[in-house]
Amino acid sequence: MKPLDTLRFAAESATGHPLRTGLLVLAMSIGVAAVVILTALGDGARRYVIEEFSAIGTNLVIVLPGRSETGGLNPANLITSTPRDLTVDDANSLLRVPGVKRISPLIIGTTEVNAAGKLREAMMIGTNEDFVHIRQMKLALGRFLAKDNLGHGSAEIVLGALIREELFGDENPLGKTVRVGDRRLRVVGVLSQGGRGMGMTTDELLIIPVATAQAMLDSNTLFRILVEARSREQIEEVKSGVLKQITQRHDGEEDVTVITQDAVLETFDKILNVLTLGVAGIAAISLAVAGILVMNVMLVSVTQRTAEIGLLKALGATAGTVRQLFMVEAVMLSVTGGVIGTMLGYSGAAVLRQIYPAFPAYPPMWAVLAGLGTAIVSGLVFGVMPARRAAELDPITALSKR
Amino acid sequence: MQDDAASLISLHGLERTFYLGDSKVQALRDVELQIKPGEYIAVMGPSGSGKSTLLNMIGLLDRPDAGTYHLEGRDITTLKPDEQAKVRSERVGFIFQSFHLVPRLTAAANIELPLMLAGIPAAERSRRVAQALQEYGLTDRAHHQPNQLSGGQRQRVAIARATILRPAVLLADEPTGNLDRATGEDVVRLLETLNAQGMTLIVVTHDHALGARAKRQLRMEDGRIVSDVSTAGADSAR
Repeated sequence: MKPLDTLRFAAESATGHPLRTGLLVLAMSIGVAAVVILTALGDGARRYVIEEFSAIGTNLVIVLPGRSETGGLNPANLITSTPRDLTVDDANSLLRVPGVKRISPLIIGTTEVNAAGKLREAMMIGTNEDFVHIRQMKLALGRFLAKDNLGHGSAEIVLGALIREELFGDENPLGKTVRVGDRRLRVVGVLSQGGRGMGMTTDELLIIPVATAQAMLDSNTLFRILVEARSREQIEEVKSGVLKQITQRHDGEEDVTVITQDAVLETFDKILNVLTLGVAGIAAISLAVAGILVMNVMLVSVTQRTAEIGLLKALGATAGTVRQLFMVEAVMLSVTGGVIGTMLGYSGAAVLRQIYPAFPAYPPMWAVLAGLGTAIVSGLVFGVMPARRAAELDPITALSKR
Repeated sequence: MQDDAASLISLHGLERTFYLGDSKVQALRDVELQIKPGEYIAVMGPSGSGKSTLLNMIGLLDRPDAGTYHLEGRDITTLKPDEQAKVRSERVGFIFQSFHLVPRLTAAANIELPLMLAGIPAAERSRRVAQALQEYGLTDRAHHQPNQLSGGQRQRVAIARATILRPAVLLADEPTGNLDRATGEDVVRLLETLNAQGMTLIVVTHDHALGARAKRQLRMEDGRIVSDVSTAGADSAR
């Protein structure tokens, strides 16, 4: 039998039994669509959690001035009751610690800001140009603070979205001057709306260079130093390196506390693992259901057609030809069902994203491939296996089966 | 044995047993039969006498449990399944009582089926199918599906399909069993015409009138050929 004839015969056989073909394609596409949508849900949940967590910044090591004691009375506390200042120089020295990617000194104060006769109180953060990267903030307008090489502090300010709205309304604030405390600062950028993390919204923040803030607040000490490690594996190394470096600079006195995101990360890991397992479980169940659906329809339809197999053999078809016909038909049906199912699944996920825009319901590629693979393989196996068996029968035995 | 070479079909000691649940049914017992090319044979006998089984054996639709079957001098029983399929395709045409047309295919496509299975190119196929349709008076029914055809037309399609590859033997199992008398008569005449053209014709039937038309009548009982009568003057073909 010629390949083209095989194709045509198989296609006609599929279209010649619309009910059976419809059921099979339906079973197949429901199975695949279920896999695609369910894993899109599961993976969407996973992504959602990841996005929430990375809002705090990743791979962070935080340096606090002062030693937090949990071990009761320490003789050292009697000698040095006040900790040494944590300075910008301390912060900059941390860049030499192996594994450190960038650092951000942090000084915080409350101040008044006023522009065009409007006045309000706001939280002010003094920091450096890397803060925007460490905290993964986004800018709506302009740029972030420039690199302050000399450490003198320039007269620049970045406004939170709400502050900008209250002070300037719809006007473009870039290049305008605002008065903060007793200083006049030029607006260079505006933060995007909705930034959050560490328990406060960035919408009501003022961000200025750390040296400027120190001068304004007349303080030498930093509130925090944020240190970003190059990777998660290096966090512990960075933590001990940072502690050693600062202790050394403070004449051997361990007067700072270094904390990591460890606790957060551990929880994070647990949640991710559970979610990944959950997604895999959902996918496995949907795949099994899809496979069984396909198996049933295939088994029934091939059994019904044993007489046709007998006839083909009586007309001179070899067992190989019969197997080929059924194989081609099974491939056609499986692929059609799989493709329709994938399209259904993707549209379902798209509808989900329309309804809940915050929820990134994208099906993972491995799940789509596994769904398609299972559908096609089970279609083939359960379509061809019984046909093979029927093809081996004597024609008269097959013919007389109903 | 000695006339194997001259025989088209030669059966020796053919046995076939079926198991239906616990009971054992011996459908063929030690069947000996020689058939020359071009013969017209009717196989008769009561139900369950093994006549259909005999026909299925000759048509290679079934396998004997014991004995040998030579077709055109070749030992068929020892052939591999694929070689048997080739013999079925090229040398044997089979006509069933219930026609066994493929319901989703048109009359033309049903007739084309053996050609397609044999791998004959499409152009050649449509030429031969058109010719067959014309010969069997089915040209205006070519694109009808079997359920749009009358019983006689269906059996003509089945005969066209069985003979499209010009087989040496045409086997018909109760070809008129599902037809009324007049239509059955047409079908039998068609078969006889084919026989007159040289095709060996073996018909299994209950119908004595039909059986009497054959030049050689076999009577089967209980799996055995109990009588083998050749009508005078018609003992050999051509």
